[in-house]
Amino acid sequence: MSTSNLTPKQRMQIARQEMPAQDPAVRRNNFGEVNLGMEAELAKLEAERCLQCRDPKCMKGCPVNVNIPRFLDLLTAGDMAGAANSLLSDNALPAVTGRVCPQETQCECECVRANRGSPVGIGYLERFVADWARSNQDAITLVNAAPKGKKVAVVGSGPAGLTAAGQLARRGYDVTVFEALHRAGGVLVYGIPEFRLPKKIVDQEVERLVQAGVKIECNVVVGRTYTVPELREQFDAIFIANGAGLPMFMNIPGEHYKGSYTANEYLTRVNLMAAYDPDSDTPIIKPRRVAVVGGGNVAMDAARTAQRMGAERVSIVYRRTKAEMPARAEEVHHAEEEGVAFDLLCAPVEIVANEKKWVTGLKCVRMELGAPDASGRRSPVAIPGSEFIIECDVVVSALGTRANPLLTQTCPDMKLDKRGNIVVDEKLMTSIPGVFAGGDIVRGAATVILAMGDGKRAAAAIDDYLMAKA
Amino acid sequence: MHTIVAKAQLSPNVTRLDVSAPRIAQIRKAGQFVIVRRGEGAERIPLTIADSDAAAGTISLVIQAVGKSTKELVALAVGDSIKDIAGPLGHPTELIEKGHAVCVGGGVGTAVVHPIAQALSKIGVHVTSVIGGRSKEWVIYEPELRNIGDVVVCTDDGSYGRKGFVTQATEDLLKAGGVDIVYAVGPVMMMKALAELTRPYGVKTIVSLNPLMVDGTGMCGGCRVSVDGKAYFACVDGPEFDGHLVDFGQLADRGTTYREFEQEAAKRCADGDCRIGLSNKG
Repeated sequence: MSTSNLTPKQRMQIARQEMPAQDPAVRRNNFGEVNLGMEAELAKLEAERCLQCRDPKCMKGCPVNVNIPRFLDLLTAGDMAGAANSLLSDNALPAVTGRVCPQETQCECECVRANRGSPVGIGYLERFVADWARSNQDAITLVNAAPKGKKVAVVGSGPAGLTAAGQLARRGYDVTVFEALHRAGGVLVYGIPEFRLPKKIVDQEVERLVQAGVKIECNVVVGRTYTVPELREQFDAIFIANGAGLPMFMNIPGEHYKGSYTANEYLTRVNLMAAYDPDSDTPIIKPRRVAVVGGGNVAMDAARTAQRMGAERVSIVYRRTKAEMPARAEEVHHAEEEGVAFDLLCAPVEIVANEKKWVTGLKCVRMELGAPDASGRRSPVAIPGSEFIIECDVVVSALGTRANPLLTQTCPDMKLDKRGNIVVDEKLMTSIPGVFAGGDIVRGAATVILAMGDGKRAAAAIDDYLMAKA
Repeated sequence: MHTIVAKAQLSPNVTRLDVSAPRIAQIRKAGQFVIVRRGEGAERIPLTIADSDAAAGTISLVIQAVGKSTKELVALAVGDSIKDIAGPLGHPTELIEKGHAVCVGGGVGTAVVHPIAQALSKIGVHVTSVIGGRSKEWVIYEPELRNIGDVVVCTDDGSYGRKGFVTQATEDLLKAGGVDIVYAVGPVMMMKALAELTRPYGVKTIVSLNPLMVDGTGMCGGCRVSVDGKAYFACVDGPEFDGHLVDFGQLADRGTTYREFEQEAAKRCADGDCRIGLSNKG
């Protein structure tokens, strides 16, 4: 089915192309995007590396099931409009996922070429095609199905909500998205920093959905402004994707001192509230030394943000080693390149402060890896008497989140698990008929793409549900 | 967009804006607040809903102009609009069903006490409001509270009502007996003093906290307060808590986090480098 003239052997000879990036020494001082995107020639060459497998394993690794070989083949043939329409029909937010997906554990790790050398740069190519689509909106010919005369409410405009909204609009539903904050995008605008995902791109992806007929109402806090039972009276179905919410704490002394932030607060101040812009009204502490506790993507984002806000030393404090860090490989690599230090095998025990209650340091204990635990990971064990202090004026805790009770509090009939997350069946339906849920409020903290996968599955399930009722 | 339909100067630095927000006006309850963002680039600030008119679809916001953001808000005129208002947020006030409630308001806190007194009076609770200010011109919401129940006005300088602090007037009421509950809203140190005052009398004391807040939906954790040794989020768990269990020292201290930043912003503002219409730049 391939349209390329190259033989598989010739394809195998092409080496993986590198993503052009801003120089680390330069970018650590600005909020511009780190990866600069590929030129057309480079992208085409990279796409030629795809072997067009008859049984494409890469697709199985993709939570939203993008038909990867198809859009790569169209890209190779130079049919950009075809590639863009193909990609967008599978994925509502490709300019986002092309930038923030952990490809190395999903599509790219399944790529047959990963076994012998490097996988096809699927993420880079997704980004390339999505960016082309952003500047060539007229070439997008996807149309909505005939109106079905049914209304669906989507709670939350993060990755899960936007994906579901896009898919439902395409299927002919009248969709309204309710967003609690003043701007659509959820974690894509409050959490993920500008240098990894420019906010302009999120706005454009949202705008495309609005053009496709999705209505977005900001400043509506479901659970307060409207309850789920109230929405249920006005809508034929509801998809709840209000995210995880409440940040977790270390539960060590000193977490209330001035200079102790949760990553959510630190990132929200800088991203959503634009504290990186000197003209913004949003106050933020400008630290000299920063300790970021945690080893996930959010920790990397916070550390790299602090670096850009002018800190002299930023370190990641993590109780295991780099190998166990849950962050995306590229983020750890970028952080290292930018000069973020790694205080590994360290566990915080106390935040220390001066007499005016400003943070002056993070007291830690050194750890060593002991015997493997039930999950097979070697669990860290504290070394007695090894306490030491990491000097810093800001501590950012990036320890994950727990369920936000705002919505569920006012929906007593909805079944929750013991952590407060919403329980759903295999069709993502909650214990209330017609009310579906997905993303972090079901999974606990996960990734953008897993949330999007839920959004896509929920849209199909809602369609089935409403069609069966019709 | 939320149009400002009425505006009143309540004291030298406190302004009331009546703003169009029909859904919130319809459903808000005493004790709840909104998050307001004046326009692009502005801060999100939490403001208590002091009153509402469901028929007109308006809510009353009472704003003490202390920093750049609040000064910009109160510089808005009737007919101007506020870009974003989200709410109503927080849990409604826990009301007693009968008996005698003393509602204590200090400064702008009186505007927060007003809806509580209103709600109590509506269900037949006897309300005595104790409200205070530096001097006569700083006393707000007196006529509204007089319509609801008894009012004791206190001024620091004795220029109006009785001379002294709201704590002294409250103590007299406690000594006289028959007080079932105290609701207190005002500066942190006032609430702390009141909680200490009521403790030996065993009178439950509810305080409304106004810590630093960003999103108001539980996401950022900036508004965490220590109550009975545990961390709570004022936005989703509060904003009202049992005053006898609140760590006021910690609250007061966290409140000073951005003092320098605010002073800097206020200075820039005073130098004419802002958009509040007080300068020639307008």
